[in-house]
Amino acid sequence: MTRTTLALVSILALAPRPAAAFCGFYVGGADTKLFNKASQVVLVRDGNRTAISMANDYRGELTQFALVVPVPVVLKREQIAVGDRALFDRIDAYSAPRLVEYSDENPCEPRRMYEFAPAAARGGMANVEDKGRSSEKALGVTIEAKYTVGEYDILILSAKQSDGLETWLRENGYHIPKGASAALAPYIKQNLKFFVAKVNLKEQVKSGSANLRPIQFAYEDPRYMLPIRLGMINADGPQDLIVYALSRHGRVETTNYRTIKLPSDAEVPEYVAQVFPDFYKTMFAKSVADENGSAVFTEYSWDMGWCDPCASQPLSNDELRKLGVWWLDEGQSPSRGRWGGGGVPVRVTRLHVRYDAEHFPEDLMFQETADTANFQGRFVMRHPWRGAMTCAAADGYRRETRARQSREAETLAKLTGWDLNDIRAKIQWIDSSEDGGGTWYKNIFH
Amino acid sequence: MVQEHLPLSRARDPRYFQVAFLSSLLAAGLLWRGLCSTPAQIALTFAAGLLTQAAFLRALGLKEVGVLSALITCLSVSLLLHSDTLWVQPLAASAALAGKFMLRARGKHLFNPANLGVVFGLLMTGHAWCSPAQWGHDVMLAAWIVLLGATVVWRSERSDVSWSFLAFYLGLAFLRVAYLGQRPAVFWHQFENGSLLLFAFFMISDPKTIPDSRAGRVALAALAAVLAFGWQFVFYRQNGLFYALFLLTPLTALFDAWRPAPRHAWVRAELVPAATR
Repeated sequence: MTRTTLALVSILALAPRPAAAFCGFYVGGADTKLFNKASQVVLVRDGNRTAISMANDYRGELTQFALVVPVPVVLKREQIAVGDRALFDRIDAYSAPRLVEYSDENPCEPRRMYEFAPAAARGGMANVEDKGRSSEKALGVTIEAKYTVGEYDILILSAKQSDGLETWLRENGYHIPKGASAALAPYIKQNLKFFVAKVNLKEQVKSGSANLRPIQFAYEDPRYMLPIRLGMINADGPQDLIVYALSRHGRVETTNYRTIKLPSDAEVPEYVAQVFPDFYKTMFAKSVADENGSAVFTEYSWDMGWCDPCASQPLSNDELRKLGVWWLDEGQSPSRGRWGGGGVPVRVTRLHVRYDAEHFPEDLMFQETADTANFQGRFVMRHPWRGAMTCAAADGYRRETRARQSREAETLAKLTGWDLNDIRAKIQWIDSSEDGGGTWYKNIFH
Repeated sequence: MVQEHLPLSRARDPRYFQVAFLSSLLAAGLLWRGLCSTPAQIALTFAAGLLTQAAFLRALGLKEVGVLSALITCLSVSLLLHSDTLWVQPLAASAALAGKFMLRARGKHLFNPANLGVVFGLLMTGHAWCSPAQWGHDVMLAAWIVLLGATVVWRSERSDVSWSFLAFYLGLAFLRVAYLGQRPAVFWHQFENGSLLLFAFFMISDPKTIPDSRAGRVALAALAAVLAFGWQFVFYRQNGLFYALFLLTPLTALFDAWRPAPRHAWVRAELVPAATR
């Protein structure tokens, strides 16, 4: 058995494939081609209360931006806010799948110490609009409320019929894609309202921010769901969505799609460190395909109080509050000592969905389970000892290590579908010349 | 106190088939990513369940009761209930089997044992959950469950309750989809739910806890469907199937009083009614 030293977490920057926005229409002039990274949503839920933050990674014309999200109630001004984009980067970094790196020690010498370092990334979501005027009464559309929050002009609409809503939106400059009314109809029938946002250019200038900030809103409703159907209308392929579900106790999963954990703790060859984003994307795509494109994947589920190893430090109470966690100040006995008093009564479950209209006919429904077991998407890479070895154990170490490298190659092939021979060609195999230390001086002066 | 009958012709007892099928499902779940129960949890569940059964048989001096029903209960608890501890599923299996002996009315179980175990776990332990989507929405799996499930309920002569439950539940689901103007794919998605099909063919169909008459069973199925559907789609709560059945099975005595019929026996060769009052 080789002794190892825990070292260095590296990582990520997943840079997911371009995708359309999930929760609203991507509109935009017909000639405006928009691309998005994965959508990101922080979904805070306890009891019947929900707080949602949606991050935009919109990079088109600001006048073209529009967001249409079904919401269960007419939101009051105080229920809406704009958030801090940096918090999404924080929670992304904290929960991102990670590559852990270990270095074997010299089998001929005793051990050393460790350190670590992380990184991660992911993108947001977006939409678009235009300009307009209307005849809402005739179309059965009611403007229930109107606010300017941060750089956004927000309307809460209710509608009687979907084609009326579609017409109204179009007349008011929201370039709604064809087929929108069919997608809007079920929400109207369920008596949902529509949260419609566009950018207020003056406020946007005042905000001084180059990027659009996340939109946040909170409401009370028994439905624990995320509407994804609207965003599929004009999508021309699968879209990625990362949901950071913040709950009080247990792991969150979807109840109308199978939720499964991504492969974790697999040992992969060293060179994966150089191609980790590519590796992760390929592995994820293969996992999606293996599940016939209709599963939701758990990438992380952890008590927010700690992490091990940490890809990034856990979010502070202040950061959690800004993301909508409202129960942190309830009494002062929240953690009930589950982690010996050091815990925070918040669990983050990171769910990754790649969805399209065919495989995801329904919106995502969730439940908080009683599962408090921690899980992380973690891949392990072990560096063999390549220095001089001058003892009898060296031969055995070399044999074992080569066998391990072989296993790692097979694991990688299995996870990604990459060709085994290609993988083997890229591996820096440990020298197997079993010289028993006879040429021990070979390496000492280098 | 009633005894289950020792099958004269074992091959004819549909529960053997049921045990075989549920075991294959459990094995598939163990090998297949995503099923949360671990081998240790399953082993402890069986140990606790079978010990409870043996203890009650001994205490009550019952000799002719087979092990099939206890196996089915342990299998069901292992398949349906999940936990992040080692003790929840064994405790639920014990509660389920204890309930089978202790909670009786007119010679029938007051609750479906597996259903009792699941509800007990959900409500009493704080460490249990069910994953309604754990079996996914795969057409082939759905077809497999329907095929084998239909065979089991046909042989136990309780097809009516399974099919009528599915008809009522899916009928409501269909009406909802049509009313909301959703695409037909939404309906098929709900239809292919492996958990729903397992419930229909392997839980609600237990002859020991449902009415003896066809009319009673169909009425129970209708009520269960309405309750479960409302639980999920009107009140947006989870696990409606289990709670609906849990609330309704105690009413079986009322259905039997309304429409008396001969008591079920697992093997036809022995048609002697099991009930003694």
